[in-house]
Amino acid sequence: MTELLSRIQFAFTISFHIIFPAFSIGLATFLAIMEGLWLKTKNPLYYQICRYWIKVFALTFGMGVVSGIVMEFQLGTNWAGFTSAVGPVLGGLFTYEVLTAFFIEAGFLGVMIFGWDKVGPKLHYVATLLVWFGVTLSAFWILAANSWMQTPAGAVLKHHQFIVQSWTHVIFNHSTWIRYFHMLLAAYLCTAFVIASVSAYYLLQQRHLDFAKKGFSFAMLVIIILIPVQIWLGDAAGVKDHQYQPIKTAAIEGVWKTQKGAPLLLFAIPDDSKQKNMLAIGIPHLASLINTHQWNGELQGLDSVPKADRPFVPIVFYSFRIMVAAGLLMLLIGLVGLYLRFRNKLYTNQWFLRCSVYSAPLGFIAMLTGWFTAETGRQPWVVYGLLKTSDAVSHVHTRDVIISFVLLFVVYGIIFGIFYFRYLRRIIRKGPSEMKHERMPFSYMSKKEHK
Amino acid sequence: MLALIWIGIIGFCILMYVILDGFTLGTGIMMLFLTPKEKDLATSMILPTWDGNQTWLVLGMASLYGAFPAAFSILLPVFYLPLLIMVVAVLARGVAFEFRLKTKTAKVTWDYVFIFSSLITTLTQGFILGNFIQGFTETHGIWTATSYFDVFSIISAIGLVLGYCLLGATRLVLKTSQQLQRKMFRASFVLGLLLMLTIFIVSVYTPFVYPLVHSRWLNLHYIPYLAILPLITMIAFGTLMFSLYKKWDKMPYWSAVIVFLCPYAGFCISVFPYIIPYKMTLWQAASPDNSLHFILIGAIIMLPVLLIYTGYAYRIFGGKVNDVIHY
Repeated sequence: MTELLSRIQFAFTISFHIIFPAFSIGLATFLAIMEGLWLKTKNPLYYQICRYWIKVFALTFGMGVVSGIVMEFQLGTNWAGFTSAVGPVLGGLFTYEVLTAFFIEAGFLGVMIFGWDKVGPKLHYVATLLVWFGVTLSAFWILAANSWMQTPAGAVLKHHQFIVQSWTHVIFNHSTWIRYFHMLLAAYLCTAFVIASVSAYYLLQQRHLDFAKKGFSFAMLVIIILIPVQIWLGDAAGVKDHQYQPIKTAAIEGVWKTQKGAPLLLFAIPDDSKQKNMLAIGIPHLASLINTHQWNGELQGLDSVPKADRPFVPIVFYSFRIMVAAGLLMLLIGLVGLYLRFRNKLYTNQWFLRCSVYSAPLGFIAMLTGWFTAETGRQPWVVYGLLKTSDAVSHVHTRDVIISFVLLFVVYGIIFGIFYFRYLRRIIRKGPSEMKHERMPFSYMSKKEHK
Repeated sequence: MLALIWIGIIGFCILMYVILDGFTLGTGIMMLFLTPKEKDLATSMILPTWDGNQTWLVLGMASLYGAFPAAFSILLPVFYLPLLIMVVAVLARGVAFEFRLKTKTAKVTWDYVFIFSSLITTLTQGFILGNFIQGFTETHGIWTATSYFDVFSIISAIGLVLGYCLLGATRLVLKTSQQLQRKMFRASFVLGLLLMLTIFIVSVYTPFVYPLVHSRWLNLHYIPYLAILPLITMIAFGTLMFSLYKKWDKMPYWSAVIVFLCPYAGFCISVFPYIIPYKMTLWQAASPDNSLHFILIGAIIMLPVLLIYTGYAYRIFGGKVNDVIHY
């Protein structure tokens, strides 16, 4: 019971958490590009874009930091078996994450947000670039740690503790790079869809037209370039999964018995008790082709391992399908955007603009369901093949976990569910400050003596 | 040796956190006594270095996880509820701070959320500290704090509130002027007296209750060396009071920091070399040497850099806060 509750609590808190860093990574990249363009072209429009999106960035980054602190503590409070076993390995990666990345982000964030008139434009840009570098590197360490849990390498388990044999193999394990880039692109796409959505909203309302056109055009360009790359990366990640975690692939594809030339199931209801799929609609051979890149490739079935060593199939199966569907929808939006751009109707097609406004959550849906697939598909292992989730859980009272979960649920619901969106909406409603009215509000600490 | 260096680094992180986020938390609590305009000034003082301050807590915890995983995995479940309450308070505090800048009508509400979450964060930290000093017991692999929720842990919680408030108030003395500064001069004076009283009670009480602390502090061989600590405390306290009386603006803060450092050093001497007092030493809890070595490389390169730019960030935003910050 403690294990199940702890898992739900962890899934809940990390799903909320991941949204903010992903959005921050995307926004930091966007801001680094826009501020660079401003310095190069001196076009005040870019400055306006920076000043506007930096407000959203500040709000989002702050949420990421505090919800991240919860994650860090929660590892120890709820998963002491895990932390004591993997501490010598993952503890090291986390320490490096804080030392090399998190400090840089957090330290220079102040300069980036409040330093506009404290430091010169070049130095300010250095701060922006450092924040961008920090968030991007942060993601690397976290993805390296998570990838090590998926495809452990470079360490052996002795007396309930992992001993590192090669840090290079730990950090650059079999799936680190592919999963890192898959996540980075996911972050960029999430952000691009939000920027497109906000810009489309202004275009529909006929407000801040220059500002909105720039943002919309840029976001649509990013989407159509990155989506195909992301689909290709996702495919490569799938091949890796099949290579190192065949049972996860079996759960994703709904393959109960080992088979060659397995069909790609478009829809099915996987039935855990009967060990087969109901109402399956599939395309022959496609699942084998995707996962092995061979027409008659063999997919290992779920029945090849004891039931206790299988993940809960329906979550893995459906999460994966939602992710793919969201990805394809994003591709479609990108293509329509490209077509409208060539027809010179990108900023005027009302129907497309309206679609863009509502597609803001698409990237996040794909990202979250992708993570659900990866993490639930790894079960019952927390470190794949080496450490079971049931051995990772802390010996704490079930009552305490219920209290903490209810507390977190209520607080997260209020803070992130209501107020984050309320204030985000307020920033959006208000819109960017028009350039001639742009205040220089950061003279609050001027060197002059107080009158 | 590596383990010793790492406990030093973690100790340093806690120290940095206590000093930097300590004044932030203290300012948060002191906001209870401020007018709306003064609250804006106080938050403007905290704002630019806000995220950087909390990072020391994150680094301390990550280092504990990496360097002493056994201790990390014992301590955190033992303090399950207090820690969860603390992180929820840290979370509430972070967002209230962020949201007070965004809201139009609910500023007063967010300010109260900020004040009380600062208070709860501090209380839980002090409470955990108070329990930590009293040691732990293990039965069949399940660890518990020896005495949970006793008088000592409550005194410790109140002591930490007073300490952080003093840091916050003296920091406000340093960073503000006029009305608010005058108010903080008075507050610092009262807080200083109360804190001294608490430190005195704890220092006298602890050695008599805990044999190990007793043997360490009242050992005739050590007394000449250890007497230095109370002496420094007295001098720093004298300086604090004198500079408050003289209305100097920088001195009170720095002497408050030293008044804070002394009990912290005393605490370290009392529990050393235990990381789970009085059951597990830091060597027993340490990661294998190659892990300690690997993370040490990063720490040696990055810590000086971190300190330099933390200093730099403080310098950019140095000077008095005269006006309220907006985005």
